[in-house]
Amino acid sequence: MDDHSIIERYERAWIFFGLGMIVVFILLIGYTLVSSRGSIPLAVGQVNASEVRTQGEFANPRVEKVGRDYVVYMQAFAFGYLPADIRVKKGAKVTFYITSPDVLHGFNIERTNINVEVIPGEIAKVSQVFNQTGEYRILCNEYCGIGHASMISKITVEE
Amino acid sequence: MAVLTPSKIDAYALAPEKKLTLYMLMLGFAALLVGTLFGPLQAFNYAGINLYTFLKPLVQSYYQGLTIHGVLNAIVFTQLFGQAVMLYLPSRELGLRPNMTLAWVSWWMALVGLLITALPILANAASVLYTFYPPLQAHWAFYVGAAIFVLSSWVTVYLTLEMWMRWKRRNPGQITPLATYMAVTFWLMWWLCSLGLVVEVAVFLIPWSTGLIGGVDPLLMRTLFWFTGHPIVYFWLLPVYTLAYTTLPRLAGGKLISDPLARLVFLLFLLFSIPVGFHHQFSDPGIAPAWKFIHMVLTMMVAVPSLITAFTLAASLENAGRARGGQGWFGWIKALPWNNPTVLSFLLGLLAFIPGGAGGMVNASFTLNQGIHNTTWIPGHFHLQVATLVTMGAMGTAFWLIPHLTGKRLVGEGYAVASQWLWFLGMFIMTFALHWMGWLYQIPRRAFISGSPAAMEAYKQSGVWMALNAISGIILTIAIIFFFYVIFATALQSRHEPSQVMAEVPFTQVISGPQGSGLAALTERVWFWFGVAVVLVVLAYGPVLFQMLTHLNPVPGQRLW
Repeated sequence: MDDHSIIERYERAWIFFGLGMIVVFILLIGYTLVSSRGSIPLAVGQVNASEVRTQGEFANPRVEKVGRDYVVYMQAFAFGYLPADIRVKKGAKVTFYITSPDVLHGFNIERTNINVEVIPGEIAKVSQVFNQTGEYRILCNEYCGIGHASMISKITVEE
Repeated sequence: MAVLTPSKIDAYALAPEKKLTLYMLMLGFAALLVGTLFGPLQAFNYAGINLYTFLKPLVQSYYQGLTIHGVLNAIVFTQLFGQAVMLYLPSRELGLRPNMTLAWVSWWMALVGLLITALPILANAASVLYTFYPPLQAHWAFYVGAAIFVLSSWVTVYLTLEMWMRWKRRNPGQITPLATYMAVTFWLMWWLCSLGLVVEVAVFLIPWSTGLIGGVDPLLMRTLFWFTGHPIVYFWLLPVYTLAYTTLPRLAGGKLISDPLARLVFLLFLLFSIPVGFHHQFSDPGIAPAWKFIHMVLTMMVAVPSLITAFTLAASLENAGRARGGQGWFGWIKALPWNNPTVLSFLLGLLAFIPGGAGGMVNASFTLNQGIHNTTWIPGHFHLQVATLVTMGAMGTAFWLIPHLTGKRLVGEGYAVASQWLWFLGMFIMTFALHWMGWLYQIPRRAFISGSPAAMEAYKQSGVWMALNAISGIILTIAIIFFFYVIFATALQSRHEPSQVMAEVPFTQVISGPQGSGLAALTERVWFWFGVAVVLVVLAYGPVLFQMLTHLNPVPGQRLW
């Protein structure tokens, strides 16, 4: 009963199993990263958060059509998103540039892998191809103040 | 009754560290009582039921209540429990007394820090949640109080290390006893990782909130916060791991399988707990994906000591079950003393830790994290870890530790057992619902949805899961009442029956000891390994922090609650 030698074999096997599992996980995640197609938030530069509303690209939040695709310059602010009305065509690639003029916000598009921490002073870039028509809600998932729970917007994907 | 007074003084005069430990513990449980009473309010919120309307004007908002819940439970209770146990265990094991003057300084710092932090929170001037991300700006007293509170733990770091080094001088060439080894590596890990939080608060947030500087860089503040913020979860967990290794096998009637492997576990936590913070920032722009990937690999490494722990504890419990006459594949489980409230709390807590750990691997997986980041999946995950295993381990330990410290018998053992079953059941139902709500419906965490018609409309599909939250809220409320009745009735009764309580800490025996073990000798070189931990931190954080510090982008504070 109090002999450790048998259990030591299992012990060693379990540790190797654990290490092996981790190696497999890391390889799988590496693969999903390589094939993630723009859903990983990238930093494209810094802005002065106090001037976001008055100067530069974000003072004019908009959806721009570039060929088949779209570029969206977006503000996440307390408590909403600009532009509020986003309409894009199914199958087109939509690239979002997004920043905040005030505090931290979330930018999570339901039913996609888009999930960005919007940080004042930092410009984040992500892109997504919407393959189904309909409405996709945008949800703020970082606490930003008393109106946080109601900070919901939407993207409409049309045929 | 005046006769009782001198005998009371005498009881603690022989062991003043017992009184200190009791005060640390009870201050922690008092904080936990207030903090957990706000828990069901959060559960009901995620059931679409707003109970905060009944608390006005005492509590102004859901976010104020959530700040109280998070700060008291996750920061205050956990630290005080660590300060109580991780100084007392080595003190008993080594037969040494810490410097009592400094020990009381640490208790008063914790109390004063807690009170200074509490004032602005209660005045709704610091509803910034326990992560207090700038640019949301709390009243300066919130940061000052938090700093004093955290610095109190540095005093305990010194006390433990001083006691250990005193022992080393008297016992040259000897291997440090196990619980002391765990305490030493634990405090070194905490000291190193707490630097992030201390720098964030002392260098940036206090000058900013008092108006000395106009802005702080939100990305840098998040990075400093998570420098401490991930290892802090091991700071919460390791006192309970220490108790599970050094007392649980004995309480269950068995022996610990391997002492050297337990040392390896704590050494791995010292090395890998800290350079992993970016896995909380996978969604942040401003940190290159390659750096996030490096932290992800290191995060996966920190799963190894928990996997080893799962094996060692399960094997030690099997040893206990068989020693109690359990037969066959599962008979040993049945033979364990499930009616012992301490053993029960650990068994249930460890059970919850299995799905909790698996969920943690999901969070740590860069791309999978995109599906659940900042959704209710996250509080679902950590309520399995810190609110189930850590809290239940602390509650279970209190059932023998308070009698041991006070010489008073445990009152209401039946309520103690019931509180643990109800706590486990309530947490299991709630975390199950929160995981699904976050993953399937992307429902954000920390959102006052019950007060927002727009949110309730958006999340109406998850009604069934929401109902589970309400049920768990009721179960957990009963568990809270039972538990706090037991510990306060025990500690505040006037009857002393020293012969009826455990006279000594129930340190467990081991099957494979440290003598002659190459592994134990290797892990004993604590300062060398501490140096390796520092190097790992510098490599994993240095370049990114340097980049951020040389590109500061300060943003003014806002108060939006």
